[in-house]
Amino acid sequence: MQAKQLSDFISVQEANFSQAEEYLALCAGNRQDGAIVSFVGLVRDINSQHRVQKLTLEHYPAMTEKSLKKIVTEARSLWPISRVRLIHRVGALQASEQIVFVGVSSRHRGHAFQACEFIMDQLKTRAPFWKKEQDDKDEHWVQANQQDQQKARQWLLKPEDLSMFM
Amino acid sequence: MIEVLFFAQLREQMGHEKLALQNAFADLGALRQYLMAQHREWQDYLSPAHSLAAVNQCLVDDNHPLHAGDEVAFFPPVTGG
Repeated sequence: MQAKQLSDFISVQEANFSQAEEYLALCAGNRQDGAIVSFVGLVRDINSQHRVQKLTLEHYPAMTEKSLKKIVTEARSLWPISRVRLIHRVGALQASEQIVFVGVSSRHRGHAFQACEFIMDQLKTRAPFWKKEQDDKDEHWVQANQQDQQKARQWLLKPEDLSMFM
Repeated sequence: MIEVLFFAQLREQMGHEKLALQNAFADLGALRQYLMAQHREWQDYLSPAHSLAAVNQCLVDDNHPLHAGDEVAFFPPVTGG
């Protein structure tokens, strides 16, 4: 019944984004939703004790958007959310630049909070992006983080267990 | 033919961006074993503990069947976001 109003915006791009514009796009003409939750990921300037000078984000173009769509579809099957906007940047980035945006709207805040976190957690472990860091010493590939794996797996728990994330 | 792509650190380690294989493989595991047997280092690089795999742009495990024309990709655990 609300299916026509549901829309996803998914973009993999080199260009920066404006959180303000993304917020407006989640709000514009949206009378049904009482909650908007968004997340912005930034390039940290210090990682593993060295100052990051530059970050390069590689991806698997044919798969990237497909995997992001799948994650958003899964979020929709878990919570009654309305609008979803997901942007991930690729290419060369400097310290403190924005990398990723996830914005979700829903009637009630619990669903938007959970769906936003779910999308980020799944993206961290399933979307084909890889970071290469250049610091004062050398250039190296960032290694996957075990905590991210565990966090993504928590969502596979039974629905009644998910209440711990409310 | 099966096209095999490599990304990020794995691409650099393998020294290949892509390979075109004429062989037929029952499943992803068979292809992985075939590649791992080609070079001593590849054994390590391509082990399921160090790499993820996608068939036709979807993450899958070694039991996933392969067909001619499939696009297979191996890559390290992802680090986006």
